[in-house]
Amino acid sequence: MMEIRADLHIHTCLSPCADREMSPPAVVRRGCERGLHVIAVCDHNSAENVEAASRAAASTGLAVIGGIEISTREEVHVLGLFGDDEGLRSAQEVVYENLAGENDPETFGEQLVMNERGEVVRHNGRLLIGATGLSLEETVRTIHRLGGVAIAAHVDRPSFSLLSQLGFIPAGLGLDGVEVCCDVPPAVPEDLAVVRSSDAHRPEEIGARYTRFLVERPTASEIGMALRRMEGRRIAT
Amino acid sequence: MKLNDIVQKLGLEVRAGAGALAAEVRGGYASDLLSDVIAHGRPGDLWVTLQTHPNTVAVASMNALAGIILVNGREPEAETLQKAQAENIALLVSALPAFEVVGRLYAWGLSGMRT
Repeated sequence: MMEIRADLHIHTCLSPCADREMSPPAVVRRGCERGLHVIAVCDHNSAENVEAASRAAASTGLAVIGGIEISTREEVHVLGLFGDDEGLRSAQEVVYENLAGENDPETFGEQLVMNERGEVVRHNGRLLIGATGLSLEETVRTIHRLGGVAIAAHVDRPSFSLLSQLGFIPAGLGLDGVEVCCDVPPAVPEDLAVVRSSDAHRPEEIGARYTRFLVERPTASEIGMALRRMEGRRIAT
Repeated sequence: MKLNDIVQKLGLEVRAGAGALAAEVRGGYASDLLSDVIAHGRPGDLWVTLQTHPNTVAVASMNALAGIILVNGREPEAETLQKAQAENIALLVSALPAFEVVGRLYAWGLSGMRT
């Protein structure tokens, strides 16, 4: 078993609200500098910069997990972390099918899809800042059906969080964990894993918060097992 | 004001809690953040919202609200409906937008303030 430092919620310049400096190679470089072993790239309602980040990390010791931060119709943010490209791509397709509107870069910011060298490949024209038509339950079910790990994002925030929007965690939702990013102890059941992540939108925020895991490999499925305390995997305390 | 009178006057569709319409409505609260309604919704308030999630029923029950009006013709989720039926929570649907619903309720004497 190895102990890894993982920041499981990092945006890139694909998210309209993120800094333009958050190019996939810059994110990877910063993650390495901060001594992280794993980062999860989770842009709003899209995963189109995951591949570039993975390629940029190929020659480093940093493991990149592909993720997506889905906005449910209740405006709850949920992270889906995926071990394989196929699952992530399918999740993105489901999100796109349920996401209306076009981005207005002047208002919300640019949505840059880049390659591993940080060159702009295209602009994503969808309204990524918007909410999907997927309910919270549908979102968690979709992530699990596609083999992903479902974590309710920043539940300690006063907006776009499961607790702010819906007051409490619905029984039987089946989350793998909840994330805190403001160090406020959340009112969640004791058996639900709590991870700390940065939700970085700017380079200096990367690794500002992270979670230490005991796992066999730095992968999404191993982290999913750690969240559920399976076969010796767990969050290191 | 009785909830039943409001149902009639606003032309609300009753989706659940037909047995709860005799309740006295003491005031109103409008919010789509359930955490906010838990903190500020008072017993007897009629809650105006666009949230259709099952948690709304638990919040209405917990805070002893008079009922829930879903606006803009939004329909409750299947589980929300089930829970509202089971707990006899008045679950009402209006085709009107929230501003119009609240404005009419206010004009009829309901207030968001409680003295």
